[in-house]
Amino acid sequence: MKKRQNVTIKGTKDGLVLRLDDSCSYDELKRELDQKLSANTRTQDERHLISVKLEVGNRYVTEEQRDELKELIRQKKNLVVDDIVSNVITREEADQLRAENEVVTVSKIIRSGQILRVPGDLLLIGDVNPGGTVIAGGNIFVMGALKGIAHAGCYGNDQAVIAASSMKPSQLMINEVRNQAPDIIPVDEKHEMECAYIDEDHQIKIDRLQVLIQLRPDLTRLEGGH
Amino acid sequence: MGEAIVITSGKGGVGKTTTSANIGTALALQGKKVCLVDTDIGLRNLDVVMGLENRIIYDLVDVVDGRCKIHQALVKDKRFDGLLYLLPAAQTVDKNAVTVDQMKKLMDELKQDYDYIIIDCPAGIEQGYKNAVAGADKAIVVTTPEVSAVRDADRIIGLLEKEKHMEAPKLIVNRIRNHMMKNGDMLDLDEITEHLSIGLIGIVADDDEVIRASNHGEPIALNPNSKASIAYRNIARRILGESIPLQPLEEANKGMFGRIKKFFGVR
Repeated sequence: MKKRQNVTIKGTKDGLVLRLDDSCSYDELKRELDQKLSANTRTQDERHLISVKLEVGNRYVTEEQRDELKELIRQKKNLVVDDIVSNVITREEADQLRAENEVVTVSKIIRSGQILRVPGDLLLIGDVNPGGTVIAGGNIFVMGALKGIAHAGCYGNDQAVIAASSMKPSQLMINEVRNQAPDIIPVDEKHEMECAYIDEDHQIKIDRLQVLIQLRPDLTRLEGGH
Repeated sequence: MGEAIVITSGKGGVGKTTTSANIGTALALQGKKVCLVDTDIGLRNLDVVMGLENRIIYDLVDVVDGRCKIHQALVKDKRFDGLLYLLPAAQTVDKNAVTVDQMKKLMDELKQDYDYIIIDCPAGIEQGYKNAVAGADKAIVVTTPEVSAVRDADRIIGLLEKEKHMEAPKLIVNRIRNHMMKNGDMLDLDEITEHLSIGLIGIVADDDEVIRASNHGEPIALNPNSKASIAYRNIARRILGESIPLQPLEEANKGMFGRIKKFFGVR
């Protein structure tokens, strides 16, 4: 019986690719990987590192296994794993991913002492009153008046924005950057239809809503069309 | 089966007790059978405002602990022909002496015998507030045209909205000083209602008579000539389902000359 190759090494224009079979056992895979790479070591004497990409197909590799594979390959002198590509993710990760990319619509008034937290984008139909807080992993859009605290991109997204029909927040935060309202706000300033974003100087800037069209083209989710 | 209405505010000193006493009085004047319940245990004063302090024998804690029957603890207001009763708060224990379940049970019992139960809630959002709200079907939030009072009202409304057994709360703006509102030194009515976005059930002007009447143990609602009294009577009628427009604040400030002109029909 001809033994199937569990590990195939390919050179592509992007560098070396190790294709690992997804139907054999993990232990078998490790053994063969070890053998294959050991056989190659003698010819490689150059100092500089070669980065390789691992393609594991429909195999789910845990965080531990990823480290193990990286370690195993790293030991073979000048190979270093650049990326591990798998076709599968766990249900949990999928749910998380979906949640982070979802726009959550909430229709209520966030009153003093209340905190509203969503993993993805927040579309609030209502106001955020002083003392109320809204937190989102993504962007925050307030259809009413934002008079409390808003924190967008709370999982470390610098590109997140905050937009409100009436922008009079007591505090704004995008990722880790904080911006406090001036102590005296002129009463006659309307602050209608404004947005907040992090500018090149890493400061929160407030501007008219329309600047986002240029600054954050990724906000458009519509695919195709005109 | 009656309904229980809790009068609350979050902040202290905005006029919860005065409002409770006067709404209760005004409802009794409309011929409804009313029971006032003071849940400010440890700091009772609804009895003082009602002028019933001297006649207290048992209190709310005695009732829930089973030391007496409800009817023994209820203080009858003799000015009304068996229409107005007060269940006073205890003075010697604190708010933790009563539990939420005990309050619910008490309210259910009272609702059998009364058309309206007006619950005077203590300030704050701790146990006392929780007890007061537990057995209520409706809530009235009292605020004054001050930023701090409105902020606390907002907090309270947020908490009340979480109570699934209750209807959406209604708002009373108390102690309005018209000249200050006009100057912009006080928040104006639109600002308050827009901010809190709940239905307004009444506005009460700041009136020295209210304090004078409270100190005499006679709720202002008994005096038909005071503008605050009319405001409370209007609130009572709105509770009964009548639709009555808000009193214009202007009129109250016209003074003697304005009143004479009005008497003669001069505009």
